[in-house]
Amino acid sequence: MKSRLKQWRIGLSFVLPAVALMAVFIVYPAVKTLILSFFDAQGNWVGLKNFITFLSHFDTLDLSRFPSKGPPWGSLINNSIWIIIHLPTTVILGIVFAVLLNNIKGGAFIKSVIFLGMVIPMVVGGVIIRFLFDENSGIIPLVMRFLGNEALGRSWTAYPQTALMALILGSILLWTGFSLTMHAAGLSTIPKELYEAADVDGAGILRKLFSITIPMLAPVTSVVIAMTLLYEIKIFDIVYTATLGGPGGSSMVLSLQMYFYAFRKLDANMASAVATVLTLFTLAVGIWLVRRNMKGEI
Amino acid sequence: MKRNIPGRITHYTLAWCVAIIWLVPFIGILVTAISPLEEVVHGWWGVKLSSLSLKNIAGAWSHPTAPIGQGMRNSFIIAIPATIIPMFLASLAGYGFLRYHFPLRRPIFVIVLLLLAIPQHMVAVPLFKILNSMHLINSYTGLILVHTAWGLPWIILFMRGYFSTLPKEVEEAAYVDGAGPYKTFFRIILPMSWPGLASVASLQFTWVWNDFFLALIFIYNPNRLVATQRIPLLRGQYHVDWGIITAAALLITSVPLLVFALLQKHYVKGFIGFSSK
Repeated sequence: MKSRLKQWRIGLSFVLPAVALMAVFIVYPAVKTLILSFFDAQGNWVGLKNFITFLSHFDTLDLSRFPSKGPPWGSLINNSIWIIIHLPTTVILGIVFAVLLNNIKGGAFIKSVIFLGMVIPMVVGGVIIRFLFDENSGIIPLVMRFLGNEALGRSWTAYPQTALMALILGSILLWTGFSLTMHAAGLSTIPKELYEAADVDGAGILRKLFSITIPMLAPVTSVVIAMTLLYEIKIFDIVYTATLGGPGGSSMVLSLQMYFYAFRKLDANMASAVATVLTLFTLAVGIWLVRRNMKGEI
Repeated sequence: MKRNIPGRITHYTLAWCVAIIWLVPFIGILVTAISPLEEVVHGWWGVKLSSLSLKNIAGAWSHPTAPIGQGMRNSFIIAIPATIIPMFLASLAGYGFLRYHFPLRRPIFVIVLLLLAIPQHMVAVPLFKILNSMHLINSYTGLILVHTAWGLPWIILFMRGYFSTLPKEVEEAAYVDGAGPYKTFFRIILPMSWPGLASVASLQFTWVWNDFFLALIFIYNPNRLVATQRIPLLRGQYHVDWGIITAAALLITSVPLLVFALLQKHYVKGFIGFSSK
């Protein structure tokens, strides 16, 4: 019994400093935010009123404009569009590039170049997006004018019709490195014998891709999907630097809306409601990821 | 395995097309950063090699309203302790969670895992009030503390995984020799774990250096702004000085780029390990 208590004491002494810091700087303020979201500025309990105000605000969801009229449509729609375009594109590009760049001369170099998007500050990522889609110095509008498309030949980030799309395309450029690196690592764990057996059976490249590579990569792909969802839900830095949610709220996202409530309008309670919504989304992904990883662990 | 020549050519062509698409934006930033503004107004692709200069770099470094040099100094002051302290505390905790049993170990560990999914926005408002009451707004100490706390969950998870791959016999041998738990940890376990610690250091340093949101909400004093905070301030009211902005972007990126270049193997390993663990 005595030695067990001693074990407890030693174990706790190892974890306590870290646990205390996380309790003070993460857990306590997170709980506090949750509580704040049910109160008004005077400290009165208001139930779900903040959430309803937030969800019915046109910056969040503008059903008078979506989908019949052009943007702005609201942050919920924008974040959803982001996920619908960005998630499948980065996942598929990651798999395709991992296969394409596997075992070729210069493959490691090209992988490093694509991975750069993960190394640079996201603030710089925002600069790259503005730069890439700028009327004068951007290569995309240049190509569009060359193709005869005048509407896309101007600064994408300056017009409500194109601002969100510029951000999404730019974030694909920045994030594909993650999907690629994860899948490339997964690829190296697939036994070579599988491909050799398939060669004997006369299977073609596509057949091998769909019957061996993609199924064997599935565990990696599911992690990539979860991490990518977290990135898309929390997206902040590149929007702040490239468009500040504009023009006219056409590229507004949830996290930026929360920032505006908290630090521009100084409405702590509304900000807390938005943060809570944001956390509900990320926690759903997080719980799924933890359950998946906890199988057979501790 | 024999490969047909046309197939190989297609393969290489495709690979390098991808490379070019990803390289062009970075090259554009680089060229604009080292070109005079008059020449890049209508596209950086038309610049003459003879006119390249470091004027923009120098201009961004000592910009009158948002000097990047000062910002980078501040970023170093924050990022170095905000890498070392969580590395130390989280290694201890990771080892504790792996090797020792104590009440509530499992629920605490599950909470630590779930903290990974909580956005920083969820703590922003109360944390501002807490730091304000401690007079830690505009303070490096405050930001270092917050970064330390936010680094802990992933480093605990990563190091716990790393420690579990070490051979247990070494620890048992240390105990037989009469070394206590702390001595074993500091003299045996930590030195053996340097590759894992290198992964953690390169990633945590890069993430703190690259952070924007936490700095944005806790640092307001113009002299104390970190490097990333200064980028949005360089945007002019009526025209965009791409030369200065790209030069600033280049300067700020050079540090994480250097970390990546020097520690590439550990960096990528950390990334994969952290994400798939």
